[in-house]
Amino acid sequence: MRSAALSAADAEAFASAPAPKRPVRWHILVFLAPAASIYTVVMLLPLVESLWLSFFTTGADRSVVFTGLGNYARLLLDPTWARFFWNALRNNLIFFAINMAVQNPIGILLAALLSLPKLRGRGFYRTAFFLPTMLSFVIVGFVWRLLLSPTWGVAKSFLSFFGLGAWFEPWLGQSSTALITLSLISVWQFVGIPMMLVHAALLIIPDELIEAAESEGIVGFAQFFKVKLPLIWPSIGIVSMLTFVGNFNAFDLVFISQGSNAGPDYSTDLLGTLLYRSYFGAGTQIGDPYMGATVAGVMFAIIFGGVALYLITIQRRIAYYSF
Amino acid sequence: MSVIVGARSSIVRSAFVHIVLIVYTIIALIPAIVVLVNSFKSRRAIFGSPMSLPTPDTFSLIGYQRVFERGNFLLYFENSVIVTLVSLALIIVFGAMAAFALSEYEFRGHRALGLYLVLGVMIPIRLGTVGIVKLMASAGLSDTLTALILVYTAQGLPLAIYILAEFMRGVSADLKSAARIDGLSEYSILFFVVMPLIRPAIATIVVFTMIPIWNDLWFPLVLAPGERTRTITIGAQSFVGQFLTDWNAVLAALSLAILPVLVLYLAFSRQLIRGLTAGAVK
Repeated sequence: MRSAALSAADAEAFASAPAPKRPVRWHILVFLAPAASIYTVVMLLPLVESLWLSFFTTGADRSVVFTGLGNYARLLLDPTWARFFWNALRNNLIFFAINMAVQNPIGILLAALLSLPKLRGRGFYRTAFFLPTMLSFVIVGFVWRLLLSPTWGVAKSFLSFFGLGAWFEPWLGQSSTALITLSLISVWQFVGIPMMLVHAALLIIPDELIEAAESEGIVGFAQFFKVKLPLIWPSIGIVSMLTFVGNFNAFDLVFISQGSNAGPDYSTDLLGTLLYRSYFGAGTQIGDPYMGATVAGVMFAIIFGGVALYLITIQRRIAYYSF
Repeated sequence: MSVIVGARSSIVRSAFVHIVLIVYTIIALIPAIVVLVNSFKSRRAIFGSPMSLPTPDTFSLIGYQRVFERGNFLLYFENSVIVTLVSLALIIVFGAMAAFALSEYEFRGHRALGLYLVLGVMIPIRLGTVGIVKLMASAGLSDTLTALILVYTAQGLPLAIYILAEFMRGVSADLKSAARIDGLSEYSILFFVVMPLIRPAIATIVVFTMIPIWNDLWFPLVLAPGERTRTITIGAQSFVGQFLTDWNAVLAALSLAILPVLVLYLAFSRQLIRGLTAGAVK
């Protein structure tokens, strides 16, 4: 927001300044042309076009008809669509809440432990913790599907080893537990990102500050909560933003482990899988690009709204408190 | 607190720290290890004793044999390598050019343009899928690797421009002036003076953009699902989906998909971690 205001002021300054006589600097154009054109043609214009298409629909004679907000009304209110939409939105919120509530505390704990001075095996632990983040959704989805499968029974024999065999349930196969299980798999996959960013933030805290805290008798947990935590809030803010965008754009994990119908009984359906089904169709239902564009439009509004809210409120406050 | 008690409690504390770290190491690594280990066992052993290592009795390569018979994995692998490498090269070259223009010169609208290009960092390109499919179809690029390369390049450019411009601002102005006095063109200054100096930034971008491209499932599924243009992710996905009851083949296919990532990661993990903790080196 602030930089937008700044750039407007700059542009004005440029316009009012007397233009210096200079030959056209063609190299600037050459430098900018490839990136700007690929980005515009392949990313920005299709995005705008997708949003634009969400205002159209197929008419009776297969012609394309403008329908205004008709598709959005259908998606949000018409029972055939609304049922799926509100279900997917609700699941997506739960998915995001679990990711935030579990992934960030674990990531911060691991980062805090890794940042302890004179820790042996730091490199090994870091490499191990970040490995799941490197694996593709295809691997993660299928590996967990196999591990949790009652047919194979690995999870069951693992639990039995600790005498907890009776706890085993086919977690991915029951509609009451599938969404929570997938959320935790997603946490397992991405815990490396908060861990790494918070670890980096902890490493740049000046030694003098820690020494000063120690000389005041602030050590251990008190030191972490009173001295270090306030300094890593910006990193936690960035991690939350990345999680938000990633979660509301998620598709792959559910598609791989539960299929495009996000079973059982749509209990793991997210906006991303709904987008896929609306666009490509599923089973007997034919895909509809205009409804697909509409789902994408809602996702865009959610993600854009969340990012804007973050930039306006939280980041400004962080900038205010940090030095 | 006396010194002796302090020392003892520090040993206890360090043991506690390692226990927590080791437990999480097991949680992070076990799933991949279980799959890798079982891919080398016979079907009976996979189900009979899933948690044990293969013995001479239970060792079997039947899964790998079936994967190579039925799947076209070499082709998929080749497609993935081509798409990833070409996209990366375009992102680095075009990204560096744009970043240099934005960080080096003052020109009308340069802030607005910078903002416009960096906007894409926060918006997932997936939301433009409907438009992208239309665009590729009308350009005759459906089911081609070119379509994937273009999409990944567009998706990777914003972050690359942002990071590279930050680093380029740190390159000494004297060096560039000296090069200009020596008569080097602006192009030579970028490619032969500035680029070699920001190698760490380039390494960071390579690692950061390579992983999502290599692992992507959505665009291969949407833009290039044909047999000839399958990437390794979609190849593995459809293979595993098709032979889900053939446990040997499924475990072998997954292991084959894990292996390149694992090798690359172990080779570059130091670089990657340095990139992630950039600026944190005291």
